[in-house]
Amino acid sequence: MEQILEYSPILIQGTITTIELTLASAVLALIISFVVGLARFSSLRIVRVAAIVYLEFFRGTSAIVQMFFMFYVLPLFGVTFPPLLAGILACGLNLGSYGSEVVRSAVLSVSKGQHEAALALNYTNYQRFRYVLIPQAIPVMIPTFGNLLIELLKLTAVASLITISDLTFMSQIIRVQTALTLEPFLVILVIYFIISSVLVWFTKLVERKFSKGRHTITAKEG
Amino acid sequence: MEWSWQVVYEVLPSMLDGLIVTVQASLVGALLAYVIGLFLALLKMSKTWIIAKTSYWVSECIRRTPLLVQLYFLFYVLPDFGIFLSPFVAGVIGLGIHFSTYTSEVYRAGIENVPKGQWEASRALNYNAYQTMRHVILPQAIPPMIPPLANYLITMFKETPLLSAITVVELFNAANIFSNSHYKYLEPMTLVGLFFLIISIPAAYAAMKLEQKYKPKNAG
Repeated sequence: MEQILEYSPILIQGTITTIELTLASAVLALIISFVVGLARFSSLRIVRVAAIVYLEFFRGTSAIVQMFFMFYVLPLFGVTFPPLLAGILACGLNLGSYGSEVVRSAVLSVSKGQHEAALALNYTNYQRFRYVLIPQAIPVMIPTFGNLLIELLKLTAVASLITISDLTFMSQIIRVQTALTLEPFLVILVIYFIISSVLVWFTKLVERKFSKGRHTITAKEG
Repeated sequence: MEWSWQVVYEVLPSMLDGLIVTVQASLVGALLAYVIGLFLALLKMSKTWIIAKTSYWVSECIRRTPLLVQLYFLFYVLPDFGIFLSPFVAGVIGLGIHFSTYTSEVYRAGIENVPKGQWEASRALNYNAYQTMRHVILPQAIPPMIPPLANYLITMFKETPLLSAITVVELFNAANIFSNSHYKYLEPMTLVGLFFLIISIPAAYAAMKLEQKYKPKNAG
């Protein structure tokens, strides 16, 4: 265990990288979720088709394949990302596909009367979504978004395979340098558990804030 | 960068071998996840507080940490305790245990979603525990479980490339090994993506059909 303590600086650095990667890709995924999820309601066929192509592509292939593609194949076409950015893009784009389905099904779950009322009031499309549908859909999305946030954190571990020095990467360094196995992996499992528990707690907090005086149902995932 | 059919032709045989390993790993992993998940669900629903709590937290510890690290754990740590697993076995066990925490929630929700009145009615009819489960609860609880369980099979299929990190030569690793030794990335990586799409999109469509088929009749 003392040997592990010697390595605490790189473990701390790895933890910071993991958190950065998680938060940055969470923001990206959230933006994509809304843009793509709402694009599914567009009156333009091309926009709807583009959203479905994106969704099926990123949900249908494996995250690790997407990362390798971004890291090894895109540079062949002259598109080069630093590893961390490639990781953020891959994680964000991957999770965004699942998130977009959460947004879509949450909007659909708003009762039909609300859709009709907005039409009856002669609201424009923008007003209908902005003032009627989305505000009621958000509380439905939160629990599922919380689960996706945990999935995202776990996904960042995969980014260690494209040379991002996150927690998992650091544990491998310690394993190789010290020949210890149990300790480095156990330590990072505990750190991952703590980070996800904070995320779970945060989700509950947001959930409570948004569900005040409302009765909510959970959105369907994927 | 030009697409070369020659490379495709060279890499395809080893990728097809890899595909077989991927399918095997997904199926065996899913079977494990379904069985272990059932036990986990029963433990979580235990009337004994300590068993219910312990199994809940064990399950959360597994669900909240990355599968990749769990695989490393199985692969690197167990041999120190004299347990030697082949990479494939370690990978399948990892997949099975990780996803059992998800399937256990499916089982639990399935059973808990049977309305309370059904339990009461069985009691009123003087059914014993076996009859209650066999004739009243399970026939109502199982159909809604089928679509999510099928979806987890697809999810596990997409997670199998992680097994490459512990040296299992499945679809992705077969392509990656070729890429690294020939320094050709475009074709093998694109093919891996295509293989995944070709399998997972029809599978997702089939799962959607299952969902429609087993939609509860008294929804809401």
